[in-house]
Amino acid sequence: MSDILAAGPKAKSAIGSVTLTREVVFRALRDAVLKLDPRKLTGNPVILATWVVAGLASVSAVVAVAGGQPAGFEIQIALWLWATVLFANLAESVAEGRGKAAADSLRASRVTTKAKLLVDPTTGTWIPTPAHKIGAGEVVLVEAGDVIPADGEIIEGVASVNEAAITGESAPVIRESGGDRSAVTGGTTVVSDWIKVRVTSQPGSTFLDRMIAMVEGADRRKTPNELALGVLLAGLTLIFLIAVVSLLGLGAYSGVKLDPMVLGALFVTLIPTTIGGLLSAVGIAGMDRLLKVNVLATSGRAVEAAGDVDTLLLDKTGTITFGNRMATEVIAVPGVRPEAALRAALMASLADETPEGRSIVDLARDQGMTAETPESATFIPFSAVTRQSGLDAGASSWRKGAVDAVLVGLKVGEAPAEFRQAVDRIARSGGTPLAVSENGALVGVIHLKDVVKPGVKERFADLRRMGVHTVMITGDNPVTAAAIASEAGVDDFLAEATPEDKLRMIRAEQAKGRLVAMCGDGANDAPALAQADVGVAMQTGAQAAREAGNMVDLDSDPTKVLQIVEVGKQLLITRGALTTFSIANDVAKYFAIIPALFVASLPALSGMNVMGLHSPESAILSAVIFNALVILALIPLALRGVKYRAIGAGKLLSRNLTIYGLGGIVAPFVGIKLIDLIVSTLGLA
Amino acid sequence: MDWRGWAEIVFTIGLTLALSWPLGAYLKRVWTGEAQWLAPVERAAYAAFGVNRDKGQNWLGYAAAVLAFSAAGFTILYAMLRLQGLLPLNPQGFPGLTSDLAFNTAVSFVTNTNWQSYAGETTLSTLSQMAGLTVQNFVSAAAGLSVAAALARAFAADKAEGLGNFWVDLTRIVLYVLLPVSVVFALVLVALGVPQSLSAGTPVTTLEGAQQTLALFPVASQEIIKQFGTNGGGIFNANSAHPFENPNIWTNLIQMVAMNVLSLAAVFAFGRMVLARKEARALAAVMVILVGAAAGGIYAAETLTPQPAMAAAGVDATANMEGKEVRFGPATTSTFAAFTTGASDGAVNGMHGSFMPLGGGIAMFMIQLGEILPGGVGSGLYGMLVMALLAVFVAGLMVGRTPEYLGKKVEAREIKLAMLAVLILPLAILGFSAVAAVLPSALKGLLNTGPHGLSEILYAYSSAAGNNGSAFAGLTANSPWWNTTLGIAMLLGRFAYIVPVLAIAGALAAKPKLAPTTGTLPTDGPLFVGLLIGIILILGGLQFFPALALGPIVEHFQVLAVR
Repeated sequence: MSDILAAGPKAKSAIGSVTLTREVVFRALRDAVLKLDPRKLTGNPVILATWVVAGLASVSAVVAVAGGQPAGFEIQIALWLWATVLFANLAESVAEGRGKAAADSLRASRVTTKAKLLVDPTTGTWIPTPAHKIGAGEVVLVEAGDVIPADGEIIEGVASVNEAAITGESAPVIRESGGDRSAVTGGTTVVSDWIKVRVTSQPGSTFLDRMIAMVEGADRRKTPNELALGVLLAGLTLIFLIAVVSLLGLGAYSGVKLDPMVLGALFVTLIPTTIGGLLSAVGIAGMDRLLKVNVLATSGRAVEAAGDVDTLLLDKTGTITFGNRMATEVIAVPGVRPEAALRAALMASLADETPEGRSIVDLARDQGMTAETPESATFIPFSAVTRQSGLDAGASSWRKGAVDAVLVGLKVGEAPAEFRQAVDRIARSGGTPLAVSENGALVGVIHLKDVVKPGVKERFADLRRMGVHTVMITGDNPVTAAAIASEAGVDDFLAEATPEDKLRMIRAEQAKGRLVAMCGDGANDAPALAQADVGVAMQTGAQAAREAGNMVDLDSDPTKVLQIVEVGKQLLITRGALTTFSIANDVAKYFAIIPALFVASLPALSGMNVMGLHSPESAILSAVIFNALVILALIPLALRGVKYRAIGAGKLLSRNLTIYGLGGIVAPFVGIKLIDLIVSTLGLA
Repeated sequence: MDWRGWAEIVFTIGLTLALSWPLGAYLKRVWTGEAQWLAPVERAAYAAFGVNRDKGQNWLGYAAAVLAFSAAGFTILYAMLRLQGLLPLNPQGFPGLTSDLAFNTAVSFVTNTNWQSYAGETTLSTLSQMAGLTVQNFVSAAAGLSVAAALARAFAADKAEGLGNFWVDLTRIVLYVLLPVSVVFALVLVALGVPQSLSAGTPVTTLEGAQQTLALFPVASQEIIKQFGTNGGGIFNANSAHPFENPNIWTNLIQMVAMNVLSLAAVFAFGRMVLARKEARALAAVMVILVGAAAGGIYAAETLTPQPAMAAAGVDATANMEGKEVRFGPATTSTFAAFTTGASDGAVNGMHGSFMPLGGGIAMFMIQLGEILPGGVGSGLYGMLVMALLAVFVAGLMVGRTPEYLGKKVEAREIKLAMLAVLILPLAILGFSAVAAVLPSALKGLLNTGPHGLSEILYAYSSAAGNNGSAFAGLTANSPWWNTTLGIAMLLGRFAYIVPVLAIAGALAAKPKLAPTTGTLPTDGPLFVGLLIGIILILGGLQFFPALALGPIVEHFQVLAVR
């Protein structure tokens, strides 16, 4: 979805690469059977109730068989009830399976070798110590080829580190002491040079350990919305229990002989087994979808919050714009040919290795102009005093720099009016004007522009339709900020922003009841990341930032936050769709089972058999089979998630209500009828 | 069935809706304290009862006040009914009521149900009617509207705790709304021929020459509040089918409008108070559409279902007139039945037990849907808001946000409380019915056997738990079993609902009020109306469909089979 914005090559992550292999499927099947242990079902009242009914049905089938009575119907009902429980378990274990497989591959990269524990950092004396014995506060030496034993902060040295174990990205990154790149992660490997690392994590709670626990779902807690939904489902189960149990009395009055097995079957088909069975799978799959895009969430709560985000704070640089200002045009002063001005700009930039300088060379090349650095040329570097840079070659000299500085240097009292106008126009549009001179004469002005990434505008329009308010954060002055904000189509901007401003803005938004998402990587972002409802830290960022956020983007791509919002929404939509579908299904089940239940004693009720089902037994069996199979059929949807479309809440609701509400009413009429045809043709009932 | 019948249904609903709009605007001013034209009387009342009008209550305080007030009302009424023989204004010299009947009756009127296990004209003295029942007709209605006001304040609040003051709400609603309207329209009813008398009755000689005493009561004064406060308990056993309570089509029209107008007005007042007029209109639309559908459904059942036995007997079979007043006819009676069951009113101008099975079944189903169409005064609004919270929660997720309604997030606590409230109805209706259906002492009260007898049982508990009060004629409920269990069902249906609702109000008030965005689920358009209707019908249908299958539905198919 956000391919347009995705910066850099898509890394194949250690965790994103696990697919549904035979092994994963096998493990899921095995886990599904293991989960039949009722103690594992206590958190899921709907499936637990199904388990109880399946147990009772089995007992009654066994009693019938032992008594020598025909029990084919009872056995089939009992088996399908067990299948219902099994399918629900399968959904959960398939969802967990991916995570478990990913956790295994992560576990393999945990340090098993000895680390070099510095006993005296001044002399560099170290003793080999097992990694799991190194606690927070101790200092280790990591040299080329060593695996970093635990999370920590570099206190000395600079090294290139291969973080593929965590990010899947094999190109090494530079880590050095001081600043925002001093954090290292346990399990990653130093490729060159050496560093001294002060360990910040306790044994067993490193980033890698937490990551393993997260992807495995070991400490998965129910999210707030999941809890609320669980209450609703438990309440519905109770209501149906009342409705079914009351039939004992009402049926007795009406002279109806009620088969307890059939009452049990009615109960199970009415309670929301579909969503009850798929609920936890939906939650796990949501985390998993984040993993696939290389984002680690520390809790399901964070994923859920992502769907609810009202305000999105985006750093301008890197997210909205390419980060570097680029030259887009060179405007000549009157009396100078445009080519001459461009050439002067090119010459002034030839030796300039800054991104801005490169972009001027690129601009000239795009217009078919190249130049070689003349021999004996002297590069005049940029300095804070002169505020210009350039090139001297023999008698020739070229300069470019801040407009006032260049003018002062040239001792030009009054610049031409056209030049002034061009400078003003550039500044007003949010760009930066650079004056260019050649041999002491003003020749033109370069327009340096903060270029907005293609496709961002459409993306922000999507967000607006989702109801997400976008705010651009930038250190630029308000004029520049306003120009870029309007070009990118963000709703609001915060100019000349300091980290404190960010924090203040988040608090202000939250005070208005809004949920705020942001991403950040610097240590000074940490308070804001912690305050935001969804704080996405960059994996390459400072340790403090990673600790403060509730998500970590392993690709360190700030545009990822848009994808995170979508995953959160998708999670909630899937839950709602399956709940609606599950409840809507019951209408048809009533028309199948109620006449079947009573028709022997009250023949008039056959008028309710609108589906024309073969016999009471086949009607009941078909409803039970449909009820079980629908869980199986919806597992892929639960794992994949219902597609999110940024078409506005009203349209989205009407679309999903049609599919899952109306569809949920109609589908079982068709499904039960088909199953009834098969069941009666095969002579099963 | 003809176009005039349909036109009458549409006209009655339209008139009610048209009048409820300005009444809602006024009710909002009463709720907020803006209406002040009776300020001196109001101040005197506070002084007399020692009410500090500025003291706010949190949800617990508010709930405690509602419960304490109702308990006191029950105690006084119970004592009055038991001691009736010793008290004045008893021209007919009626004795005190038995303990179970007094319990049932006191509960019935305190809970705004007005289920009557007795025949009024031969059981209750003028004092019991006027100072006992009529008083509760006013204050139980006011209590319902007060709870609705508290919930409205909760939706309007932004991180607040106070829900208002129950004593102030109660006083203001009685003083500014119930009393003035009742005084005016009681006089209108008198003008239209409804008696208002303190005498013991008038002796008359019948056409056959027999001597008979026509019972006379202060009918008009009780009649208007009976409808306007969705109480429904008549002076006479035949209720609004009795010519003294409801002599002609004009009094009938006033009664029909009166029983829905205040419940709908509460919805509009809510919209004004919460600054969600469009959303309130959607709720009113749901109510009106479903009550209209029910009226049409009953009308169709009463005029379309073939009546082979009648045809065979050579009787006009174009409409089922059994149990209907000829002066009202099938359309009026059907509309009245839909209104009274939809509104938790319980007055009847025809006998629901004599309706065709589907007609009676629809009336029963209207009660089972939770008395929210438009429901009792105030109680209909808060019941509908509970359904709206559930609808928003289930379907609202499908827009990809955790659900919110009117700027309030719907979370586990609200859902837990809403489910608790919703559970009460099936528990009381199906639970008691299942036991009564097999209990010989209970079955003795039934007039019919078979499915119709079961309908009598189901209807009685539905009516009690839904605080409706109408009966499926045929059940003789004045026995210890029925009086006691129906009393319990009424208490559950009223207070086991009000307490969770106030707890929801407390939870909602404490939440921040969120501004809607384009990502917020719209809760004002036709889509939401359809969604809410779907949730109400499916949830209600799923709970009661099996039971209804054994009652009205099987009876319907049996009637069809006779042909």
